[in-house]
Amino acid sequence: MLDPQMANGTLVELKALVKHFPIRGGVFLKEVASVRAVDGVNLSIREGETLGLVGESGCGKTTIGRLILRLEEPTSGEIFFQGENILTYNKERMRNLRRQMQVIFQDPFSSLNPRKTVSHIVGEPLLVHGMKNRREREDRVLELLRVVGLRREHMRRYPHQFSGGQRQRICVARALALHPKLVVCDEAVSALDVSIQAQVINLLKDLQQEFGLTYLFISHDLAVVEHVSDRLAVMYLGKIAELADSVEIYQAPLHPYTQALLSASPIPDPTLKRDRIILKGDVPSPIDPPHGCRFHTRCLYAEDICSQQEPELKEVRKNHLAACHFAGSVGLH
Amino acid sequence: MASLSQRKKSARNPEDRHPFLDQLEQLWRNKTAVAGLLVITLFVLTAILAPFLSPHNPVEASLYDQIIPPIWEEGGTWKNILGTDDLGRDILSRLVYGARVSLVVALATVGIAVFFGSFLGAISGYYKGFLDNIIMRFMDILLAFPHILLAIVIMAYLGPGLTNAMIAIGIIYIPRFARIVRASVLEECEKDYVTASRSVGARDWRIIFVAILPNCLAPLIVQTSLGFASAILDAAALGFLGLGAQPPTPEWGAMIAMGRSHILRAWWVMTFPGIAILFAVLGFNLFGDGLRDALDPRLRD
Repeated sequence: MLDPQMANGTLVELKALVKHFPIRGGVFLKEVASVRAVDGVNLSIREGETLGLVGESGCGKTTIGRLILRLEEPTSGEIFFQGENILTYNKERMRNLRRQMQVIFQDPFSSLNPRKTVSHIVGEPLLVHGMKNRREREDRVLELLRVVGLRREHMRRYPHQFSGGQRQRICVARALALHPKLVVCDEAVSALDVSIQAQVINLLKDLQQEFGLTYLFISHDLAVVEHVSDRLAVMYLGKIAELADSVEIYQAPLHPYTQALLSASPIPDPTLKRDRIILKGDVPSPIDPPHGCRFHTRCLYAEDICSQQEPELKEVRKNHLAACHFAGSVGLH
Repeated sequence: MASLSQRKKSARNPEDRHPFLDQLEQLWRNKTAVAGLLVITLFVLTAILAPFLSPHNPVEASLYDQIIPPIWEEGGTWKNILGTDDLGRDILSRLVYGARVSLVVALATVGIAVFFGSFLGAISGYYKGFLDNIIMRFMDILLAFPHILLAIVIMAYLGPGLTNAMIAIGIIYIPRFARIVRASVLEECEKDYVTASRSVGARDWRIIFVAILPNCLAPLIVQTSLGFASAILDAAALGFLGLGAQPPTPEWGAMIAMGRSHILRAWWVMTFPGIAILFAVLGFNLFGDGLRDALDPRLRD
């Protein structure tokens, strides 16, 4: 896939990753169909970068995050973390590896245990990984709270006493407790107000600099992703449609789907006129995705080959991959 | 008074208060719950202080004092304020000691049921699948029997006696706790904080019993409180049938059974134990409802 020399700095690599959720029915709960949430994804995340992962809801971006964290077992494929296939890890080894990968969820109201104090919530990872001494733990919690901009008096409070932005800071503090290498931000700012979003994003960026974190930034909000990510992967129906540096994608998207997505995201300038690509219809069902190119049912430029042959994700320009038969030759240029 | 409490509040940031204080305050504002608590307190105090409160020995029969009416009836004496039964035992003393029996029965049965019920419910809610099916179908079997009948069956196997009655009632109460806990665990499992705990690397037992179970406490506590009420009732029922407490133990249900044959000429022998049961059950029910309102943070704010 990617240039092998580049693989040196690779933190996470997904190879032909597949996750099908079975749908069971009938008397004996036989598998009658499956939702192909992730259907053959190759992707790598480099150390220290922010990889944005965008797509419509239901396209499998959250599932990818959960698979990397091994909260979900893939149907097939391989996941490498620092060069090791973590799918071969047993429970105990996986438990140890969890120090290195953490997650921040979308909904800061359900991701904090309502019955625990902030001190307990942020201290849980420490306790679980062997920091039994209470005093020591609280010192570290305090330090973490300072890092995310909360104060000492917040330690004894409960989640319902905080605002959404503060809660998300608590989540960030918890994620950082074990000095992880990778943080999966699953729509981490989508539930927040725009002004609070900016705060949290800036916090995440500062922390990345300070601790050398790698982010997988999952979002449906293109403006946010553009702001934070170094590289960007666009997903459609369980597959990667396009992958490149985010500046490059925003300036010259190759895949018609990406072009449509970008043209749909609003620009805060009422005088600016531009062509918009309006996609027709809904996303096809991931239970029975279209043959050939998955996007051909809604693509403006679809031709016969698109419904017959599935395009591979190939390097169209340097470091710019797209899965389209006509990548580079179609679009609004 | 109001200004004092206001000053107290403004002195400290109200946000800093432990939610437990809020819950207490919430509970205090609920007058029916307070009434329930009052009844329960009275009940518990009576049980604990029984030897000091009862004027007579509850099991001592006196052939000269048979079926004396309560004090306000004609023929009543100060010696036996609530009268005596057909063996001449003082009813007030028996009621007071009966509170002791009922309290022990309630604590033991609900203890058994809560312990096993929440354990089974929690693991079947968390692991789902096959284990869940096995456990919950077994609970369904227990629920399929009329519960007092099942208690009688278990008693028939274990033999009559108060201890066995507690075990029997404890067993038949397991399913209701298991179901409630399972339902809440299933609900809580969907929340991100559970996933967060998993992704942090917490072990299953920690996630179930430290993270999830405290969040299932509200319905569990309500059910516990209601369980006390029905445990007292069921123990009385078994006592009434002669399977629970054996004579001469002063047990409310058994007392009703004893007085049944004399209802036309001595109404007080069975009425007072009945009233005692009524108040104990009512107290726990009222308090249980109040607790639910106070304990669930989602019902507030």
